[in-house]
Amino acid sequence: MRLSLPQAADSAPEVDHLLWALLAISAAVLALVFFLLFLYVVRYRATSGLDRGEVNEKTWRLEAAWTGATLAVFFGLFVWGADLYLRLSQAPPDALKIYVIAKQWMWKVEHDGGQREINALHVPVGTPIELVMTSEDVIHDLSIPAFRIKHDVLPDRYESLWFKAREPGTYHLFCTQFCGLDHSRMTGEVVVLKPPEYARWLAQNGAAGGLEEQGRALFVHFGCGGCHGVTPGTESTVRAPPLAGLYGSPVPLTDGTLVRADERYLHDSIVAPEREVVAGYAPIMPSYAGQIGEEDILKLVSYIETLSPERPP
Amino acid sequence: MMAGEGPVSAQRPVTVEAGEVTGSYLADGHTLKSWLLTTDHKRIALLYMAAITAFFFIGGSAAALVRLNLVVPEGLLGSSEAYNRLFTAHGVIMVWFFLVPAVPVTLGNFVIPLMLGARDLAFPRLNLFSWYLFMVGGAITLWALFVGGVDTGWTFYTPLSTSYSKSHVVLAAVGIFISGFSSIATGLNFIVTIHRLRAPGLTWYRMPVFLWSLYSLSVLLVLATPVLAITLLLVLLERLFHIGVFDPAFGGDPLLFQHLFWFYSHPAVYMMILPGFGVVSEIIPAFAHKRIFGYKFLVWASVAIGVISFFVWGHHMFVAGTSLYSAVLFSILSYLVAVPSAIKVFNWLGTLHKGYIRFDAPMLYALGFIGLFTIGGVTGLWLAALAADVHLTQTYFVVAHFHYIMVGGMVSAYFGGLHYWWPKITGRLYPEMWARAAALIMFLGFNLTFFPQFILGYLGMPRRYATYAPEFQVLNVLSSAGSTILAAAYLLPLCYLVWSLLYGERAPANPWGASGLEWRTPSPPPTVNFIETPVVTEDPYEYPPPVAAEPHV
Repeated sequence: MRLSLPQAADSAPEVDHLLWALLAISAAVLALVFFLLFLYVVRYRATSGLDRGEVNEKTWRLEAAWTGATLAVFFGLFVWGADLYLRLSQAPPDALKIYVIAKQWMWKVEHDGGQREINALHVPVGTPIELVMTSEDVIHDLSIPAFRIKHDVLPDRYESLWFKAREPGTYHLFCTQFCGLDHSRMTGEVVVLKPPEYARWLAQNGAAGGLEEQGRALFVHFGCGGCHGVTPGTESTVRAPPLAGLYGSPVPLTDGTLVRADERYLHDSIVAPEREVVAGYAPIMPSYAGQIGEEDILKLVSYIETLSPERPP
Repeated sequence: MMAGEGPVSAQRPVTVEAGEVTGSYLADGHTLKSWLLTTDHKRIALLYMAAITAFFFIGGSAAALVRLNLVVPEGLLGSSEAYNRLFTAHGVIMVWFFLVPAVPVTLGNFVIPLMLGARDLAFPRLNLFSWYLFMVGGAITLWALFVGGVDTGWTFYTPLSTSYSKSHVVLAAVGIFISGFSSIATGLNFIVTIHRLRAPGLTWYRMPVFLWSLYSLSVLLVLATPVLAITLLLVLLERLFHIGVFDPAFGGDPLLFQHLFWFYSHPAVYMMILPGFGVVSEIIPAFAHKRIFGYKFLVWASVAIGVISFFVWGHHMFVAGTSLYSAVLFSILSYLVAVPSAIKVFNWLGTLHKGYIRFDAPMLYALGFIGLFTIGGVTGLWLAALAADVHLTQTYFVVAHFHYIMVGGMVSAYFGGLHYWWPKITGRLYPEMWARAAALIMFLGFNLTFFPQFILGYLGMPRRYATYAPEFQVLNVLSSAGSTILAAAYLLPLCYLVWSLLYGERAPANPWGASGLEWRTPSPPPTVNFIETPVVTEDPYEYPPPVAAEPHV
């Protein structure tokens, strides 16, 4: 029986520190409660002839004391937990993006260079990795206990989860949101490799063209360029927002709000274009939901991202 | 404000007609009709008790099969489908047909009018109607779970439940929907009864804590259950007519379901535990033979829990993809709701201090409750800490945490209350030694079953897995072994309590020397409860020094 869990990513020791603190506080509280419980039931058992003396009926000072102490400890735990959560939620801007598509009951992973794998995730050690995840059907959840991270994977939107592995090895990857019949078989492994081995793995699994290249082919195949210009200055007959320089920029919408053109925005604009219409344009684009699969949408999105060369990846 | 309400009684004096008071409520008619059409709250409580007991053992059998399956990593049942149906059945039955109703509709139904010095609940026929709704809802749900099969988990997350599950979601939802109205009617009945039917002199601050707890619970039932009904209705609309509410394929939002569901289901957690708090707050002063410590703090802690519990639902969604700001807000609110619970534990300890403590079975259950509930409570602090929750949520850590609250806490309290009021309800004493043994075995079996699950959760084993990685096997076997002990401990009371109905010693009016109006009428009480309406002249839990006290009157 193994009772310890490897700390295989930078987030792991930080989360473990918080968990040990929680364990210490819990142990102290439980020791106090159980000690008093045993002390009182032995000392004040009905058959003991002990003189009880005066019973304290004034309670509010004691009440205020333990309420205050409880509040103070709880607030400390809240601050620690929230601070760490917020820090661990922000992927660094230079993180390497890997795309994950969940479906009943498998994990499909697509690397930038077009490498694909199923129920496995190969990553280099010491590099921040951002998983951009979506689901083709129900809600799933990608959990890597050795990294102390997990996040739900939702249909029709992109959720992200990042980590920086620090220990080469093979670790469990679990689906932890119940997703139907073979939920418990929707597992895989995370393989953390040293950079040279990772480079070799990428080379051996190189596919026909990277994600962007495949995306470009799909862009042509679906005729997206018929309406959307892809190079600055090109105008098409149908007026649609140009895509050059779009990724990462703020987009004014017809309802007056401003959104950032991130992966979620690009994805949603393909499957539900009527939801966020760019100011000054008519809502004429049809939805491609059901016509383009999530994997192909990913490729299109990564192609559109390359149209903004000056933006950070 | 209600607490300051004047000298008080909304209740009119009851005139008892001659001949009406001759015997106990149990002797008042022996036909099937005299039970199935009764409006006596005491008989309805027994009808509920029969149903609740059946549900408890059905739900428990499902749990036993779940534990059996997990003895080997590849799953002993050999079928993920069977396993998924079993844990769904276990959750649905235990939550909606045992934990939420158990204490209120059995012990509460029986004891509330007695504690108030009233003749019955405010709406006796509504009370009977609630039981029928509960039975109809329960029957439909049981059919859906066992004849049809449902494989979504008790949480019915969308779009799994609306678009992907091929099981009998619709029927199960209809059953739960119907039984929800039973909860609402019961809550209303209790609220009106506590407002209107208090005996002369029974001011709000003279009410036992049990009544305050059930009052808070009733408010939750009335306010939160309709949200569950609406949510289930929306699930049905989407599943049957493809009206897009939750499934993005029809333009819905899957997280909306989780918001609505937990807006009901988090207060529901407190619906389950508040009555447990109430029971323990009766038992401890009675067996410590001492006034309860910090009465007003206990009372207002129940009210505070009732209020704050409506604002913590988001802590079920820290990794679900909601905004970071909402996670931070729900984290601090979750810590806040834990404060009143901590206050209660300290006040129970304060009650034990300088008491004259006896160790009858109800007290053993109550002491077990304090220990197990505290473990459940402090592990809740882990899950409220955001970064820790990310690692622990959706694993066995959560399973262990809420079973410590629900089973270690609530089920212990139910058994404690059942033993405490058993002489009043049946007019018989249960065999004390058997009962103490059962309480101890239950405590040990419970810890052996659920403590290993905390470690499993830390190691990362996900919930709801029919098969698992071999490294988790030792802890799973330990847990399953514990569950056999727990199962035996639950069967014991079933045997000796039934035995006591036939052969138990006759109970006096007040076998525990306890305070409270329910002990001032014979055991079992006459149909009209009190031959003369009692007048309350003192605070609750007035226990004279033990020299003067005469237990076993």
